[in-house]
Amino acid sequence: MSTIVTPPDLDEQPARPGRLPPGLEVKAEKAASRRGLFIGLPAYVYLILFFALPLAIVVVYSFATRSVTGLTVLGDWNLRSYGRLTDPLVLRIAWRSTWIATFTTVVSLVVAYPFAYYLATRPPKVRAILLVLVMIPFWSNFLARTFAWRLLLSSDGPFVRLMEFVGYTDLRLLFTPTAVVLGLVYGYLPFMILPLYASIERLDHSLVEAARDLYASGWEAFRKVTWPLTLPGVIAGSILVFIPSFGAYVTPEILGGTGTTMLGNYIGRQFVGTASDWPFGSALSVAILFVMTIAAMAYFRSGGKNL
Amino acid sequence: MKRRWMVATVVLAVTLAACGREVGGDPAPEPDEDTTVDETPDDGEAPEAAGCEVGEVDGDLLFGNWSEYMDPDLVTQFEEEYGVNVTEDFYTSNEALLAQIRAGGADFDLVVPSDYMVEIMIGEGILMELDHDAIPNMANVASEFADPPYDPGLRYSMPYQWGTTGIGVDLEATGDDPPASWALLFDPDVAGALPGQISILDDPREGMAAALFWLGYDLNTTDEGELQEAADVIEEARAWTVTYTSDQYAELLLTGETVVGHGYSGGFLDSFWGADDPDRYTYLIPEEGAVIWTDNMSILADASSPCTAHTFINFILDAENGAQLTNFTYYASPNAASTEFIEDEITQDPTIYPTDEVRQNLFFLESTGEAEILYTDLFTRAQG
Repeated sequence: MSTIVTPPDLDEQPARPGRLPPGLEVKAEKAASRRGLFIGLPAYVYLILFFALPLAIVVVYSFATRSVTGLTVLGDWNLRSYGRLTDPLVLRIAWRSTWIATFTTVVSLVVAYPFAYYLATRPPKVRAILLVLVMIPFWSNFLARTFAWRLLLSSDGPFVRLMEFVGYTDLRLLFTPTAVVLGLVYGYLPFMILPLYASIERLDHSLVEAARDLYASGWEAFRKVTWPLTLPGVIAGSILVFIPSFGAYVTPEILGGTGTTMLGNYIGRQFVGTASDWPFGSALSVAILFVMTIAAMAYFRSGGKNL
Repeated sequence: MKRRWMVATVVLAVTLAACGREVGGDPAPEPDEDTTVDETPDDGEAPEAAGCEVGEVDGDLLFGNWSEYMDPDLVTQFEEEYGVNVTEDFYTSNEALLAQIRAGGADFDLVVPSDYMVEIMIGEGILMELDHDAIPNMANVASEFADPPYDPGLRYSMPYQWGTTGIGVDLEATGDDPPASWALLFDPDVAGALPGQISILDDPREGMAAALFWLGYDLNTTDEGELQEAADVIEEARAWTVTYTSDQYAELLLTGETVVGHGYSGGFLDSFWGADDPDRYTYLIPEEGAVIWTDNMSILADASSPCTAHTFINFILDAENGAQLTNFTYYASPNAASTEFIEDEITQDPTIYPTDEVRQNLFFLESTGEAEILYTDLFTRAQG
């Protein structure tokens, strides 16, 4: 593994390192840069075609006008769609998305942290098996799994039956915010477990032992040593869960009902649903992207670099 | 830095080039309600007809349809007889279908819009004029469907099925004698007091029509105040509405998620008759008035297999095939020649073939022109 593989012969062999006339050095640098561009080209093309271009279209459309028949007219550019962003209905849906995503993140963290800790402290063999178990859900379709939840949460499904048995009658889960949170936690839990596992596994246990030696209680040792040292994993996992939950579409669409419309559903309805208002849907998307970018930048500026 | 600007410029240029056109075809010509009939030339010739032979096929068929609205055996039969593949894809409302066609990429050959939507689509120029010579079974269409106001002379559409939009009820929750009234959806003292919840169609025209009937207004009103009131009724009902759905209203009722549902006649009856306890459920046509509709087969102007689509229309309009369709969907057939092949259980059922008395209370949705968008906006807003 440690043998150095010599690069295959290229037409433009890079100049040998060492003393070179300045002209040649510049040439070599340029050649290297050209090669770099060549290697990066597929990624550039991909990102421009499938990311930058669609995004630019969304931005352009957000300034367009909707005709009286619901067609999008490209022309008469204006900011009307952005003016509608402060509509109480939009704010209500945005607020709902925020708290559903927050709640999902907190529940995921509470469930995932002890499990990740357990996982990281198992012998390697057990650890491998458990990790595979965490990943297994990804092998089947997300849509199919969400539909399975629909059966589990239905009025004659096991959850409601169990609660009835315990004494809670008239409980309904399907089509409620609870169902949406459950579905989201289920869907995104692995994204919380994996970064937590990575940071807990890296934790130097002798530090915890040292804290205990210095008469810290178990809880204090956790609070003052383990938690701060695994915080990068907590933050990474929270971001990975919060962002997709905030923009969730499939889960609230299938498990939610009246009163669980999230931003993703509201935007979807402007395009494929009945609302047929592309400029407004585009403006909503741009606004969310903008807010998310600002939040991420603020976070990384304020010392999130040590992730 | 320079390079970055270049990339940005290229992206912007390509974007602008890509969108330098109106989305979804030309804007609709101003529809003039009063002269719609006169616009149709009477020479009986279809100038832009596809020119297909009877039974001609020119490729596989992509069929955009409502869900649970086609007997799979009929599809298989057609595929075997003509040696083409039929792919079915589904939509949940006329507006969703229109949005899908406008967005492009759906590539449907044949679609099944309802009456008023046929009129809107003709106005937008997205339907192909039918070649009547390729559809000899057109003669089977019952006379009352042969010259509808939304498409005089059936130049762009052929009737597929017809039915009503009403209320499906779980009698165990409402008692044995529920009122045939939209109160079951909207009255806080009736709907709000049910031991369970309701579902409303995820369809702006149908949802608003139900509320307009309940308020005693015209279902095709263009009065903004009346529409706003109707939207308020739907919004108020949110407290006991579990969800808005156009394809699961019957399933939700049968699984006990809802006790009352807003939906289509055949959709409910099909499920009720197959339930363990069929007598527990019933379908009601509200006395305040209800929507009667015909769904129609139309070929899109940019269809890639127009002749296969014509052949398919002709196949459905065949007497026995039409009967087989109704025996599967439990919706009424506009095919006069089919009647003798349809099960008596269906033809005798007044909820499928309403009596003349009931039919006086049934109304068609009509295109409201520029108010169409008001329906959409207010309904979307009421859904929250």
